[in-house]
Amino acid sequence: MTTVEDTTGHPITDEGVRRRDFIHVATGAFVGVGAAAAVWPLVDQMNPSADVLALASVEVDLAPVAVGQAIKLNWRGKPVFVRNLTPVEIAEANKVPVSDLRDPQTLAERTKEGKANWLITLGVCTHLGCVPLGAAEGENRGDYGGYFCPCHGSHYDTAARIRKGPAPTNLEVPEYAFMSDTRVQIG
Amino acid sequence: MSFPWANHYQPKNPFMQWLDSRLPLPRLVYNSVGAGYPVPRNINYLWNFGVLSGLALLIQIVTGIVLAMHYGANTLVAFDSVEHIMRDVNYGWLMRYAHANGASFFFIVVYIHIFRGLYYGSYKAPRELVWMLGVVILLLMMATGFMGYVLPWGQMSFWGATVITNLFSAIPLVGESIVTLLLGGFAVDNATLNRFFSLHYLLPFVIAGVVILKIWSLHIPGSNNPTGIDVKGPADTLPFHPYFTSKDLFGAGVYLIAFSVFVFFLPNFLGHPDNYIPANPISTPAHIVPEWYFWPFYAILRAFTIDFILPAKLWGVLAMFAAILLLFFLPWLDGSNVKSNRYKPVSKQLFWVLMLDLAILGWVGGAPAEEPYVRISQIASMYYFAHFLIILPIVSRIERPLPLPNSIAEAVLSKKNETPAATAAQPAE
Amino acid sequence: MVRLFGIAIGAVFCAVLLFAALAPREAVEVDPTYAFHKDPKQVKWSSAGIFGTYDRVQLQRGFQVYKEVCASCHSLNRIAFRNLAEIGFSEPEVKAIAKNWVIEVPMINPDTGEAATRPGIPSDKIPLVYANEVAARAANNNALPPDLSLITKARHDGSNYLYSLLSGYADVPANFPADRRPEAPLHYNPYFHSLAIAMAPPLSDGQVTYAEGQPEPTVDQMSQDVAAFLTWAAEPKMESRKRAGVGVIVFLLFLTGLAYMSYRRVWAGLKH
Repeated sequence: MTTVEDTTGHPITDEGVRRRDFIHVATGAFVGVGAAAAVWPLVDQMNPSADVLALASVEVDLAPVAVGQAIKLNWRGKPVFVRNLTPVEIAEANKVPVSDLRDPQTLAERTKEGKANWLITLGVCTHLGCVPLGAAEGENRGDYGGYFCPCHGSHYDTAARIRKGPAPTNLEVPEYAFMSDTRVQIG
Repeated sequence: MSFPWANHYQPKNPFMQWLDSRLPLPRLVYNSVGAGYPVPRNINYLWNFGVLSGLALLIQIVTGIVLAMHYGANTLVAFDSVEHIMRDVNYGWLMRYAHANGASFFFIVVYIHIFRGLYYGSYKAPRELVWMLGVVILLLMMATGFMGYVLPWGQMSFWGATVITNLFSAIPLVGESIVTLLLGGFAVDNATLNRFFSLHYLLPFVIAGVVILKIWSLHIPGSNNPTGIDVKGPADTLPFHPYFTSKDLFGAGVYLIAFSVFVFFLPNFLGHPDNYIPANPISTPAHIVPEWYFWPFYAILRAFTIDFILPAKLWGVLAMFAAILLLFFLPWLDGSNVKSNRYKPVSKQLFWVLMLDLAILGWVGGAPAEEPYVRISQIASMYYFAHFLIILPIVSRIERPLPLPNSIAEAVLSKKNETPAATAAQPAE
Repeated sequence: MVRLFGIAIGAVFCAVLLFAALAPREAVEVDPTYAFHKDPKQVKWSSAGIFGTYDRVQLQRGFQVYKEVCASCHSLNRIAFRNLAEIGFSEPEVKAIAKNWVIEVPMINPDTGEAATRPGIPSDKIPLVYANEVAARAANNNALPPDLSLITKARHDGSNYLYSLLSGYADVPANFPADRRPEAPLHYNPYFHSLAIAMAPPLSDGQVTYAEGQPEPTVDQMSQDVAAFLTWAAEPKMESRKRAGVGVIVFLLFLTGLAYMSYRRVWAGLKH
């Protein structure tokens, strides 16, 4: 038998019939499957590791936060704003027709029942992830008296809802629960 | 590149034609590891180990890059970060065990590759540079392996680094200054760990570069073969693809099975328990040993126990480096006209004596520095130097080789009575 | 030229080595206690072998021994409380174990900035027993109780070694060299590298009360249980590793078989 090669290396028999050998195809398929399976661990290792996933929830003592004040804390490597809203701020937030909002939500939906003065949000602008100003004393709180992101000029109102600027949604409210009147567990 | 009857790259696919006329990368691949590279048809399974060492290098680079995403090269966190990889990172245990055992397997494959070259005279003209680039790769691998072993920052890491860097203190006058320079301090510490990590990450890519040079220089004369005689015509060769790609794929499968047995079922068999104890600069383990692949050289280092004009320590260091560097001169130390030991009965015996000698050196290199191991290491080291520097130059000159076959094709076909026409595969021209 | 040079260098190395090999050796005094060493007793572990898995019930018993006996001196700092879920504790049990752990987790008082402690939570590592090595040595007659997270991998034949060590305390043999007898505070143990260990025999029969239906808490049983637990602590991914290994190797056997057939098919009719 005289074997010659075509450019892809498949043997061509004397009759010039291309023999697409099943065994070569099967081998190739196995190599492909094996390579794909070997890639998965290489990719999955970039996902959060077990210790990161297990990261602690944070307990916050609300007692020192006076009406009208806010505190900033770190949760899962991200800032969280805890604000004690004044009655004026609450009224202002409730005054806005929800249909006018880019991301329609009422203040009540963003707080816990009976605790409407405690506004707890992530301090991460929903535009591109900067930390908005307004949590600390004397910072620019934007045109709507809530938070103001200096990176690209997003203005949030007193319920931390987006009102002006490029951010698409309201500041995110993390999962949290009141342990008592003055303690809250985030996460 | 090598022989006039090599297949020429003629892409049928329009995209490949377009690409090849602008960037002849497909052509390069075709000519180096494709159908355009004619390979002696009689090479045996020992020739698989070249491709296997490439596979081993690839596995090390891929798993190493992944590990570097989680490893912290700082004495305060290095050990903890390795345990973090083992316990918390997704598939971290797999990456780390594959990398640690991959180093051992890389050395196994490369050592077999070297022994094959020694047996069949692959280092001889016209392949001296192929061989010498290989020795460069071996040196780079040793440096990489040594520095990599320091990174987990266990007891063996620390004390191995201490002992090996202190070798340089044997150099007269400037030795101590050189050690301080290498360590970046007066002892192995954070500066040392950090630079070792940097170099450990760099060197594999340097190895990959030298591998490319080595393949390049190999393709000028083409591969050696078990007869050691030159390729004379088309009947002597087969195209690399599909003949040797299929053979290499099979070889790779066997290799990966053996590798998997260690990674999944014996992951710590080749390691040392002391490296699971965090580094402690004020307490030395009872018995310091390097990784197994350094044992023969470690045995030579420790074999020099008496001051003889020069201090024993300097003799040991000189001898250990000489033991590797003499390989650079091997193409000229061997004066025989015949490459393959298949046709040199005396040299063949001596080759197996050398293998036995290396096994003994490995054994005593891993044993504690006490009798009878020291004396055995001295005799075995003596044979090592005598073999390469005295016996080989003399025997290669005086030994009368057996008659050689006229051609590779003849050697192949004489094995059984078959007509050449029925079996000689002519690559398409 | 290279050859002459080579022969000369080779002759020098060989001469030096020959001198060294012929040099007389000083008589080596054999350590008279060496013969008293024992190799670890071999246990049939459920985790051994290709398909070996950990016995969860045994690991929980071992954890109980660790918690009630070992933990007063030895830390287990690479294990987080959450990891205990892997040996079969439920989430509320893990929370309770973390919260009630004898040693609290160090923290910084957010009001004063001073060092303080708080009860553990599942994501915490099991807290260190001593603040640092000096404190550990000071409390233990200058001996350092090692962290046990990796102990079975940090000793040769670790699981068997640990079991043998814990259950292997013995009286000093009568023929033991008198000048080498371990003196208080050291204790004779033929499995320990120096035969004299600072740790007093930690276990005694019935020291721990196992739950209903569990084996008798003899020294031997507790030693095995705690060694099994610490084997898990050192290699918690062993089960998934072996499972993956069986799959990978079976797959590779198929692949290699196919590759071999493919290789034979390509070479069919060719002599080589």
